[in-house]
Amino acid sequence: MASEDNVSLYVFPKWVNRLPIFFLLGGGGLFVLIVFVFWYWFSPKHLEVGYMPKQPIPYSHRLHVSELGLDCRYCHTNVETAAHSNVPSSETCLNCHNQIKVDSPHIKKIKQSAVTGVPIQWVKVHKLPDYAYFNHSRHINAGISCVSCHGRVDQMEVVHQAKPLSMSWCLECHRAPEQHLRPKKYVFKLDWKSPNQVEMGRQIKEANSIRPGEDCSTCHR
Amino acid sequence: MSVIVEDPSVRTPLVLGGHTFESVSDAVCAPVEQKAPKWWIASFAVAVSLLSLMLAMLGKLVWTGVGVWGLNNPVMWGWDLVGFVFWVGIGHAGTLISAILFLFRQKWRTSINRFAEAMTIFAVMCAGIYIAFHVGRVWVAYYLFPIPNSMAMWVNFRSPLMWDVFAVSTYFTISLLFWYVGLIPDLATLRDRAVTKTRKIWYGIFAMGWRGANRHWQHYERAYLILAALSTPLVLSVHSIVSFDFAVSQLPGWHTTIFPPYFVAGAIFSGFAMVVTLMVIARKLFKLESFMTMHHLETMNKIILATGTMVGYAYGMEFFIAWYSGNPYEGFAFVNRAFGPYAWAYWTMISCNVIFPQLFWFKKIRRSIPAMFVISIIVNIGMWFERFVITATSLHRDFLPSSWFYYSPTWVEVCQFIGSFGLFLTFFLLFLKYLPAIAISEVKGVMPEADPHHHNGGVH
Repeated sequence: MASEDNVSLYVFPKWVNRLPIFFLLGGGGLFVLIVFVFWYWFSPKHLEVGYMPKQPIPYSHRLHVSELGLDCRYCHTNVETAAHSNVPSSETCLNCHNQIKVDSPHIKKIKQSAVTGVPIQWVKVHKLPDYAYFNHSRHINAGISCVSCHGRVDQMEVVHQAKPLSMSWCLECHRAPEQHLRPKKYVFKLDWKSPNQVEMGRQIKEANSIRPGEDCSTCHR
Repeated sequence: MSVIVEDPSVRTPLVLGGHTFESVSDAVCAPVEQKAPKWWIASFAVAVSLLSLMLAMLGKLVWTGVGVWGLNNPVMWGWDLVGFVFWVGIGHAGTLISAILFLFRQKWRTSINRFAEAMTIFAVMCAGIYIAFHVGRVWVAYYLFPIPNSMAMWVNFRSPLMWDVFAVSTYFTISLLFWYVGLIPDLATLRDRAVTKTRKIWYGIFAMGWRGANRHWQHYERAYLILAALSTPLVLSVHSIVSFDFAVSQLPGWHTTIFPPYFVAGAIFSGFAMVVTLMVIARKLFKLESFMTMHHLETMNKIILATGTMVGYAYGMEFFIAWYSGNPYEGFAFVNRAFGPYAWAYWTMISCNVIFPQLFWFKKIRRSIPAMFVISIIVNIGMWFERFVITATSLHRDFLPSSWFYYSPTWVEVCQFIGSFGLFLTFFLLFLKYLPAIAISEVKGVMPEADPHHHNGGVH
């Protein structure tokens, strides 16, 4: 053919033969990597556990609960009866602190807040998205202890998030509540541990017909 | 032509115009190798503007929320689902031509399969856009796939909407592979004919080192056959599963067993109509009349006639079963369909899909370019209305009369649908410009010169 002269093929180097397999493995590997990064590093278990914001008053749960023996409900009064567990008002603090340590600048701030009615700006630690409806009283009355979701707050100098609060973490317990159920009288005893949790949890579950929902509408109404 | 009845002992030639092997390559490669003609640049500009319109509408949807569409309780599916089923249906012709007709050794498929497969791929892309965006929050569209996540969220394998995701994505993957494998020998032809270095390198990359060696051809034929076998069940399964989106739900008007075959027939009907519309234009503009012959068009029109009749049968059967079942809700749904507030859409559908294609019984009309062009467009309008009638009329009369509703689209939905043609045409025009629109190597195989007994033009 006459046209043979100007049809000089561009010859690719030999290593190009390995490119398809490289792209195939690389693409597959990249996909697995992206899923892993989202599933592991971007999960609440990795990003949110340990969140410990600075509070306006250095209130120590360890001191008040472990050493002085305050019950959770002394301050968080609504926890047994309402969906929302309240942060105490400044007046609650002053029940004791109008006598104790009144010279501390922090107590003065609390007093100021009680007088003016401007609340202390506590920083929220445990956050749920607004489309997840969580009811504290429902869980407390079923026999789920504070410790199951909040960790050993009685040992915390500054409160931090101890559990991931992710959807899969919620579902873990909804699918096997016997891992966490305990008699009502121990719900606020954060240091209490059952010697045979699963057996006991199963009995409580049977006795009280506890059947936690797993439908979307259980939490997303 | 004076002979009305063809001699059945002589096969109609598939390539006209006295082509040789060399002139076939020249004719098919010409549009790719010449400078873009003026009409191409003009239509490309229109297509890209329509595409931008679609992107703007999608942007508005994502920015504001699905409320920009006219959907409301109880009509939760509207132009989004209509558009999705419309485009998936159009995509059916490609696989049917490329896979089923290949397995049945229908040689006339060779000069139109590349074209129809490209149309399939671009139509499924349009459908995919609808699937991805109708979920509302497109950034969580990955929920559609079983990917491990920290929410313990998993797909519901019992839902036909889930099957749909797998059916359509499998269909797209297989169609793309099939199309690409078929392109490889022709890409090598383009590479060998290329005069600039850029073209040599780019076509060289995608030709994957094809040299036309005997071993290459053996592997190629084997791979092509396997892909044809894989995609043959897909032709039937994809649109069956799309019909399950409706048929599995217990809603009068949707909950019928006839849906899968009826949807498949409708899909082939609309797909072939779209191929005819595009082919009539493209063969003229690119002077490919000797490959996309009147024989091809006539065969396509016969299939449109056959599938259109099947669709008409399904419309009738739906009414018969609604009466025969004695179910008052089913009965109401269908009487309301034909005589209710959407009666105008129903009768548009009936006239476009059942009445007009019957004109193809006449050979004159079957072989008339203007007639088939108009009828193929009518069929596509009718098939769009079919999906609209199924979706909207079944939903708008809820079981509770207090929630009855008359759905009409907002301008966003309308522009979105018009814009989806921009996506389709943009890709299609790029295809016509940069890839061979006809399978060169396959067409050569159906020419008399490819017959080993052929010597000197048959003289011997």
